Amino acid sequence: MTRKLLTGNSAAAWGARLACVDYIPAFPITPQTEIIEDLAGWIDRGEMDARLVTLESEHSMITAAGSAASSGVRAFTATSSQGLLYAMEMIYAVAGWRTPFVMVNVSRGLASPITLESDHNDIMAARDSGFLQIHCATCQEIADGILLAYRLAEHPQVRIPAIVNFDGFYLSFTREPVDLARAAKARAFVGEYDPENLQFRGNSPLSQAMAVLGGGPYSYFRYEAHLAVQQALSVYDEIADEFEDIFGRRYDMIDCYHMDDAEYVFVMLGSFSTKAREAVDSLRAAGWKAGLLRPRLFRPLPQQRIRQLLRGRRAVGVIDQNISMGMGGVLHSEFATALYGLEDAPLLGSYIGGLGGRDISQQEFFAIADELKHAYENGESAPPRLLYTRNELTEMRKLQAIAQAEHAEIHRS
Amino acid sequence: MFRIRFHGRGGQGMKTASRILGTAFFKTGYEVQDAPRYGAERRGAPIFAYVRADKSAINERGIISHPDLVVIADDTLVGMPAAGVTQGIDAHTLLLINSHDSASTWQQRLNTEANVLTLSAGEDVADRATLPFISSRCAAAAAALTGVITREIFIEALCEELDHLRQDIIDQNRDIALSEFDDMTVNAGLAKQGGLATASDYVKPDWIALPFESAQISNLAIHAGVTSVKVRTGLWRTMRPVINYPNCSGCAWICSTYCPDGAIKVRTDGYPEIDYEHCKGCLVCVAQCPPHAIESIPEHIARDQEVGETT
Ligand code: SF4
Ligand code: SF4
Repeated sequence: MTRKLLTGNSAAAWGARLACVDYIPAFPITPQTEIIEDLAGWIDRGEMDARLVTLESEHSMITAAGSAASSGVRAFTATSSQGLLYAMEMIYAVAGWRTPFVMVNVSRGLASPITLESDHNDIMAARDSGFLQIHCATCQEIADGILLAYRLAEHPQVRIPAIVNFDGFYLSFTREPVDLARAAKARAFVGEYDPENLQFRGNSPLSQAMAVLGGGPYSYFRYEAHLAVQQALSVYDEIADEFEDIFGRRYDMIDCYHMDDAEYVFVMLGSFSTKAREAVDSLRAAGWKAGLLRPRLFRPLPQQRIRQLLRGRRAVGVIDQNISMGMGGVLHSEFATALYGLEDAPLLGSYIGGLGGRDISQQEFFAIADELKHAYENGESAPPRLLYTRNELTEMRKLQAIAQAEHAEIHRS
Repeated sequence: MFRIRFHGRGGQGMKTASRILGTAFFKTGYEVQDAPRYGAERRGAPIFAYVRADKSAINERGIISHPDLVVIADDTLVGMPAAGVTQGIDAHTLLLINSHDSASTWQQRLNTEANVLTLSAGEDVADRATLPFISSRCAAAAAALTGVITREIFIEALCEELDHLRQDIIDQNRDIALSEFDDMTVNAGLAKQGGLATASDYVKPDWIALPFESAQISNLAIHAGVTSVKVRTGLWRTMRPVINYPNCSGCAWICSTYCPDGAIKVRTDGYPEIDYEHCKGCLVCVAQCPPHAIESIPEHIARDQEVGETT
């Protein structure tokens, strides 16, 4: 196998190519556009047998992807941030159609204020849609995650679309060594897409029942979709085992680092978790029993496994790169739910960090470990914390001073 | 781990430099991470890229805050705070500056304990955004300074990263890069790998609890006007438009309308005046002026003249 340096966006394009996708409805948005550009280039040069169509919006793009999957072709698409929000009506709708396809989301913070840099509020907005969610920490995981996502989404027990998520800038534009699967092996692994009873055809228009009157039928369809998403938990391991047999790389639904004897645990999603890995190494070198737990599969959330893995630990710091206004970190809430009522449950600390691409330093991980230890010794969690320094506020004050001056000037004239 | 930052202006190819170096490390057997950092994506604007290389898997991510080596393709960036070229440098850091001024001059000017080296590339070129082969030269110098990359592997990496270019251009890049590599070889090993942060002895982050502030303060009522005035985009300029008033016919609506940055205002006498604090040097005005009354001169020469006039 030959490894080569690829950006996260190139790795995503390769994932789609190796998954033998047939149809790619597209709409550009930073920091995702290079994925579509790579795919368009390959198709244009005859290196990839697929059809790429640029649509007029993300809303149409998702509709096209869902419709194509309903007609029996394997569809792939990609978006980010505001684009994902613009598509949101159809994100929920196509999940309800139970049409499997894979969409990449390159995470980027949401407006307002507008930013190009990464955090997870965009992907969290799709949390309750019915899409499966796989979160990647490296460029390698992106290429491989797309293959896994097709298998999971198209599994007859599941049959629902999936999102493969990774961070803008930190992965999208960053090159890392990637070991690309051989095309023939990848083709054999993903297999043929069987659309089962989805028989939509452009030349014989049909109407799919979309409206139901009465809560009974509605509840039935909605809960069945929920059960389908949960089914992904029971088929995941089998698919991951097969992937490991063929490609030699293991992708557990929860990535554990030094969890065997860990007393203090970081919980994170995505590429920033490798920073936590490094902090775990440093903490261990300093005598700590530290570990990292990273859900790779976020929808469905492997609650039982989380309970098994965290039982008996001293304290857990959940670091959220998102914020639910009026509640706090989404991952923290979900872990609190997963651990509720568990005998011997660890104390849970909530940290919000990395919003809008704000870095998290090694010193901050060490300080979180100190706070967790303190919490354990006092038997009480510290209040939720935003990772924010005095210096950052000082810089903010300078910007506000300019805004004030401007305000004064506008009102003088 | 090696942590290397390249600073330049949009157009000078710092992303290419980082990719050449990244590929060279990778071919040498290192794990690698390289990335450009885009800000204002425009010619002349400050831009940087970085490379991490280590013998084991790299877990560190994002901007390099404590570089082992900083390569500055254009010395005019040093005085520009927004470019952040000196961020995180200390006695461990090696600075390589493309400049005619000596290393000791820079050491004094920056008042730094960092080791400073200079390379002198293309000072004879008018537009600094087009410094010829600067990305290849910077990559070559950096590769030689690490002391772990061979000449052969470096060239292989360079040709691979430039293979979308014409063969004669690749050849020119290769020859110039090789001579830079050879010149820098006397300093091989001066860029030294830095270690990891230790958890037993670290500076605690100065965290604060963000206080509540009412919408009067915390809303986003920040408008373009004064905010834009504060951003001195004139620093991005590599070429300066200069109005030759005797040739100017005073049709001032032309240049002032075409200027995409509103940097040309019309004086009360009806003639145009360029606001050099904010003119980005796009030279649209030069192209649009009917009697060709605006000429462009290299910014560094214009600045030297200004200094000459005031002393
Ligand atoms: S366009 Fe040229 S001639 Fe007309 S006012 Fe501007 S500088 Fe003068
Ligand atoms: S070069 Fe001319 S057109 Fe461009 S910003 Fe400067 S004054 Fe305006």
